[in-house]
Order: sequence, then structure tokens, then C-alpha cells
Amino acid sequence: MGKKSVVPFGPQHPVLPEPLHLDLVIEDEVVEEAIPSIGFIHRGLEGLAEKRDFNEMMYIAERTCGICSFGHGLGYVEAVEHIMNVQVPDRARYLRTIWSELERLHSHLLWLGLAADAFGFESLFYEAWRIREKVLDIHEMTCGGRLIFSVNKVGGVLRDINADQQKFILDQMNVLEKEIKNIAKVFLEDYSVQSRSKGIGVLTTKQAHELGAVGPFARACGIKNDIRLTGYCAYGELDFEPIVSNDCDCYARLEVRIKELFQSIDLVRQAFAKIPAGELETKVAGFPKGEYFVRI
Amino acid sequence: MNVKRSPWLLHYDGSSCNGCDIEVLAALTPVYDAERLGVVNTGDPMQADIFLITGGINAQNAPVVKQLYDQMPRPKVVVAVGVCACTGGIFKETYNVLGGADTVIPVDIYVPGCAARPQSIIDGIVQAVALFQQRSDEHDALVKSQKGAN
Repeated sequence: MGKKSVVPFGPQHPVLPEPLHLDLVIEDEVVEEAIPSIGFIHRGLEGLAEKRDFNEMMYIAERTCGICSFGHGLGYVEAVEHIMNVQVPDRARYLRTIWSELERLHSHLLWLGLAADAFGFESLFYEAWRIREKVLDIHEMTCGGRLIFSVNKVGGVLRDINADQQKFILDQMNVLEKEIKNIAKVFLEDYSVQSRSKGIGVLTTKQAHELGAVGPFARACGIKNDIRLTGYCAYGELDFEPIVSNDCDCYARLEVRIKELFQSIDLVRQAFAKIPAGELETKVAGFPKGEYFVRI
Repeated sequence: MNVKRSPWLLHYDGSSCNGCDIEVLAALTPVYDAERLGVVNTGDPMQADIFLITGGINAQNAPVVKQLYDQMPRPKVVVAVGVCACTGGIFKETYNVLGGADTVIPVDIYVPGCAARPQSIIDGIVQAVALFQQRSDEHDALVKSQKGAN
């Protein structure tokens, strides 16, 4: 038994893109406990919701997080549309699905890159982020912004994806698939990556369930839970199976995210194959009144 | 002393949505590659010359930002990246945001955008490097004159 010591970590630290303070309790050079203190980036968006028009609030909802901005905006408009009983046109539903999957691609690549950076594989980090730029180029072409989309609105979407853009995106999907296969090999088969991720950070299925883990994190803990299966947007009409791993460690998280990259590429292709022509938005009259709960 | 080719960056996320932070990182990765200007992203304020701050200031991070600024050696340059760091941006009216980065530290260069694009961040860095050289020269001249007086 060694002596316990406490090392303060953060709020400013080179590996942290966001501020977080941890008190690391260390025993024999092994971190035994990490006590977090959070709130350094608290802004108070909920207060702003009271002051803004419900149409404007979409743009603020998107700025909850710059990495998953489309998801936040989508959740907000879906909730308002349910309250107001607005039927979104089919084409808008499919476009929303395509943008969410493109965002998932960029978000997962970003996560994988930062993970590589965290376990000290700098060139893999750069490679993942280089591939991610291709997705950002698609965002820029279709929405005008690289990270903040601002194409959703209550009742539909603001922009269309035309035939030329569709062809370009599908071509890029082929390129991405090939390039992601290259980094997938390194992430999943490289010895040094495995030694830094296998058996590390284990969160058992029971713990994940109790702590309320969601998304790829929960799926890497063996919980077969994918909110896309509830069929919001156009997911109900697309064919996919949630990707689950039972290993519960960091390696499982890498694996789930890498497989989801290929799933996202597949979903984008499926959505483009099925997308109907038609209107982009329905007229919305009145104001929303009521409560609704959406999971995205 | 020519310091134009070796300024180090310190990046801190005030209360941004992460959009500008990942654009700062994207500006350093191969496609935009700000490192060709000789800048290196460091985590240590005591070795940093240019302070990139993203996001507005709130009550909890104000002392952190102030401390980081004070820990940096002179001469130093502060770049506010994104509208939130410039003025508070879209979150200006929220109850917890005090305003832009200039509410607690002096800001030299403002990079607009939501999220600020890597190109404009690089432009901000280029301007910061020029200003850093100028301040370094002034600092050298001051030291020299003080030595002469003694």
C-alpha cells in the first residue's frame, strides 16, 4: 500500500479541449479516484429561451454544442413541431436524416482523432482530422457553415441538396469509405493502440445502465439501445441494425464508433436512394404551447 | 531579437460551444497547418506567447482566464477567437455570461465568426505574430535603455 496523494488536473490542460477540473487521487502512480468539478462553461441557455422567439431559439439551441449542433437543433424543432402538430414534408425529413448522419461522421472522426491524441498517437490524430475535413467540406457546400448548420427550421428545412451536390456527396462517400478503412485498420489492429485501450476504463453493462449512459458509449457497454430505431426523421424507413459491443472498455468504444462510421456512410447512401422530390417546408401558424419530450 | 518564427500558443476554452475550439485545432492540423508559421500549441501558460481564447467569460472562469494571462511571460498577445470571445455573442444576454474576453484581460486581436473559420483564425495568428515581434522589440529596447542608465 502506497501513500495517497492528490494531484489537481485542469481546468486548463493540454489534453482537454474543454475546461474541467479533476482532483486525481493517486496511489502508487495509479489513479484510484477522480473527483470532478464542472461548470466552467455554464452559460445559461435555458434563461435565453424565455427571451427569444421560438423560431430564433433554433439557432441558439444549435449553439449548445458546436460538435453536435445539428442534433441539438433537430431535437428542438422536433419538439416544437410535435407541440404545434406540424407535419414535416418527406423531402425535409430525408434531408434532416442525411445531415444528421454527415454530422455523426464528422463527430465520430473528431472523437477518434482526439482519442488518438490522448493515447499519444499524433499521426493517427492528424489522419483522422484530415479525413474529417472532407465531411466539413460537404457541410460547407450544403449549408454554408462548417460546424453550425442553421438549416433547420420549425416546419422543415431552409436549404435543398440539388442533383449535382448529391452526386458530389455520394462520390465523397466512396472516398471516405476507402480512407476510413485505412485508419480503421490502425485503430483496431495496431498493437500500441490495443495496449492503451483494451481493458482500460471498463464500465460494466450494469454500471452503464445505472449511470444512464447513452449513444455509442452505451452500445460499447453492451446495451442494445439506439434512439434512431424509434424512427424519428426518416430513420424508420431506412435499414440498419444498432452496433453493439460487449467488451465495455475503451477498445469497444473505438470499435463501435468505427463501425458506426461505415453505418453512417451506408445510411447516407440509403437516404439518397429513397429521397422523394417535393416541398421543403410547411407553413407554420401560431405559437407553440405545451410540453413535449424528444430523444434524438 | 527575431521571435517571428517561434511564438507558442496557449488555447483556453472560456465558455464556448466547442465550435471555435475544434476550429482552432483544425487550424493546427494538416489541412490548414498553422504550425508552418512556427507556432506550436502548448499547454503551459508559462511558456506561451500568444493566448487564444474562445467563448465568453462567466463568473466561474473569470479568475481562471485572469490567472492564465498573469502566468504568461511578457511580452504577450491575446487573440479573442469567435464572436463569443469578442463580445459575448449570442450568449451575451444570458444570466451567467459577463461578456467578451476583454471584460477580464486586455485583448489585442479580435477574430470574428460563429464558429470562426480556420482561415480567419490563421489570419488572427499572423497578426498576433507581427504584434508579438513589435512588442518583443519594444521590450528589448526598454531593457537596453535601462542597462544604459545603470
